[in-house]
Amino acid sequence: MKHAASFTRKDLETDLMNSIYEMDYQVGSRDFAAAGDASRSIKRTLQQIGVDTSVVRRIAIASYEAEMNIAIHSKGGKMYLSVNSDKVIVATEDFGPGIENVELAMTEGWSTATAEIREMGFGAGMGLPNMKKCADEFFIESKISEGTKIKMIFKL
Amino acid sequence: MKLHEIKSILDAEILCGGDKLSDEISLACGCDLMSDVLRFAKEDVVLLTGLTNIHVLKTAEMANIQCLVFVRDKTPAVEMVQEADELDMVIMKTRLPLYEACGKLYKEGLGDRSYE
Repeated sequence: MKHAASFTRKDLETDLMNSIYEMDYQVGSRDFAAAGDASRSIKRTLQQIGVDTSVVRRIAIASYEAEMNIAIHSKGGKMYLSVNSDKVIVATEDFGPGIENVELAMTEGWSTATAEIREMGFGAGMGLPNMKKCADEFFIESKISEGTKIKMIFKL
Repeated sequence: MKLHEIKSILDAEILCGGDKLSDEISLACGCDLMSDVLRFAKEDVVLLTGLTNIHVLKTAEMANIQCLVFVRDKTPAVEMVQEADELDMVIMKTRLPLYEACGKLYKEGLGDRSYE
């Protein structure tokens, strides 16, 4: 797993400058009716562009996990999609509260989700590990009280 | 196994996608935990679940799952069924509980390789 040193805001700006398609989406805190809609939009966009079905599926699942995490755990945030000639980048940033122990949060089964979230079918502690599994490259950076940033790269 | 066979084995009611019952499916996944579906289920499975919230539909869409079976006689919201219909999905519901529904399908030969 690569950490903060390999993921800076500047990296993302460079990626966005090289993109042939880009979009950003707002994700509301605890807005579970709308949560997932950004990922649906991302999936449909990639299908229209003609990205390979199996790659679209990995991107859609990872995006949805990331989007649900923002809705469930954060005070709200943003998602970015950038499509380049050789890769798709999905990045997220939220407004906190940040993850205390990222290594622990990357462990399958570890979760701080409430019973309400679990009743919805989420909060099993599979989100972050699943994002890492789906993406070709996965970067996470989190600072307590500031927020969490995630960048996922999918090769085309 | 064709979807109309699944309907028959589960004595299920079709809520949408009735024109696609000749479609074939070879794997199934019985689960109420969408996190696990997103992590483990393969695409083109039939998903049997007792959850009826909108995230079941969103999970299915993200994971390329085209057939949902709601167990324990659970009925999803009309809006959800309409959305599923627009996505060309098939939705059924059965009175059977999850364990029994999965058991019947497995016994009739629907594969058990949906988990890695």
